[in-house]
Amino acid sequence: MSATTICDSTAEAVAGIRDGSTVLIGGFGMAGMPVHLIDALIEQGAGDLTVVSNNAGNGDTGLAALLAKGRVRKMICSFPRQADSWVFDGLYRAGRIALEVVPQGNLAERMRAAGAGIGAFYARTGAGTPLAEGKETREIDGRTYVLEFPIKGDVALIGAHRADRMGNLVYRKTARNFGPVMATAAGLVIAQVNEIVPTGELDPEVIVTPSIYVDRVVAA
Amino acid sequence: MSLNKHEMAALVARDIEPGSYVNLGIGQPTLVADHLPADAGIVLHTENGMLNMGPAATGDAIDPDLTNAGKVPVTELPGSSYFHHADSFAMMRGGHLDVCVLGAFQVSARGDLANWHTGEPDAIPAVGGAMDLAVGAKSVYVMMTLFAKDGSAKLVPECTYPLTGLGCVDRVYTDLATFLITAGGVVVRETYGISREELRERLGVPLLS
Repeated sequence: MSATTICDSTAEAVAGIRDGSTVLIGGFGMAGMPVHLIDALIEQGAGDLTVVSNNAGNGDTGLAALLAKGRVRKMICSFPRQADSWVFDGLYRAGRIALEVVPQGNLAERMRAAGAGIGAFYARTGAGTPLAEGKETREIDGRTYVLEFPIKGDVALIGAHRADRMGNLVYRKTARNFGPVMATAAGLVIAQVNEIVPTGELDPEVIVTPSIYVDRVVAA
Repeated sequence: MSLNKHEMAALVARDIEPGSYVNLGIGQPTLVADHLPADAGIVLHTENGMLNMGPAATGDAIDPDLTNAGKVPVTELPGSSYFHHADSFAMMRGGHLDVCVLGAFQVSARGDLANWHTGEPDAIPAVGGAMDLAVGAKSVYVMMTLFAKDGSAKLVPECTYPLTGLGCVDRVYTDLATFLITAGGVVVRETYGISREELRERLGVPLLS
């Protein structure tokens, strides 16, 4: 896809997401979580999803609401269990959702690799622990490294602060978190932003996600 | 007298060199920030993408877009910077942080760390950035009580809980003693309200000095 589409509604922004998709969802807790896109995805109805996100939902909104609707087959995340992750906890204990726990740095780097055309990489994280069991390892300079493969999404839903009409994105404070990485790692990248400004208004020196990565933008 | 968690945090803070880049794990290690001298130029890193994190935010300063690794609202300081998650973890994994302070269920005499999973069948595993910090920071300090609520020692010959990292812990700060994990074995640096003899009896770990 080439030019970024500026969407009039969140429904238009999430149109066409298919059952069985792998969906990367930005946010660290609620900071940076694209809640309006998730609400639109719930309305849109796609199910049997694999969701990649740092957490497995907080409270009852955003990702937690999608989980509560039974649309997610599997969560890939680093930190599902939190004080307010009751929706996920209930599904997991009832055996109604699969979980792959990935160390947070591997989660980020595996998506970075997907976006950068890297076929796999060796990292020290997790060597000798249960999360590296069954994985290929290699001694490099006297240390054990574990082979990790990319995580690519069919779709990424991310939250950013501002977009211009070309689809360049800037973020706000720690709400940036996974957005820039996920934007590189999915076939269809959809950004929810607080504001869309005319092209040329964002300082090129501070753009974090260049428009080439962004397919659809909606102000919400 | 044994130390309370604030006294333990103060001890850890005293050992952090001025100018260090430091990551404090969620939970008790966060208390270390309260004891860092303001003029020491110590820069706090938070894994969700910020350097030179300031204190917790209160009142009007609370901003949902500005939180720490524990999702607690925090503040900026002059010289703060933001970066995305892959960059944040590259900082951790690439050996750029001087010190991280983590909690633990168990530490072994060789410095193996277990702090992410109790291993109980109904527990939901959650690792976050613990494994990345364990292998990535130049120095890994653990802050924990020396004995669990059931009386079992948490400094052990071999960890029985699922591991976070192998041979990664450099120092262990506890309520009863501080330990240095060295190539030659576990060194008792100081004790608090317990004799070295009693420590030797209650821990199944050979202790040097």
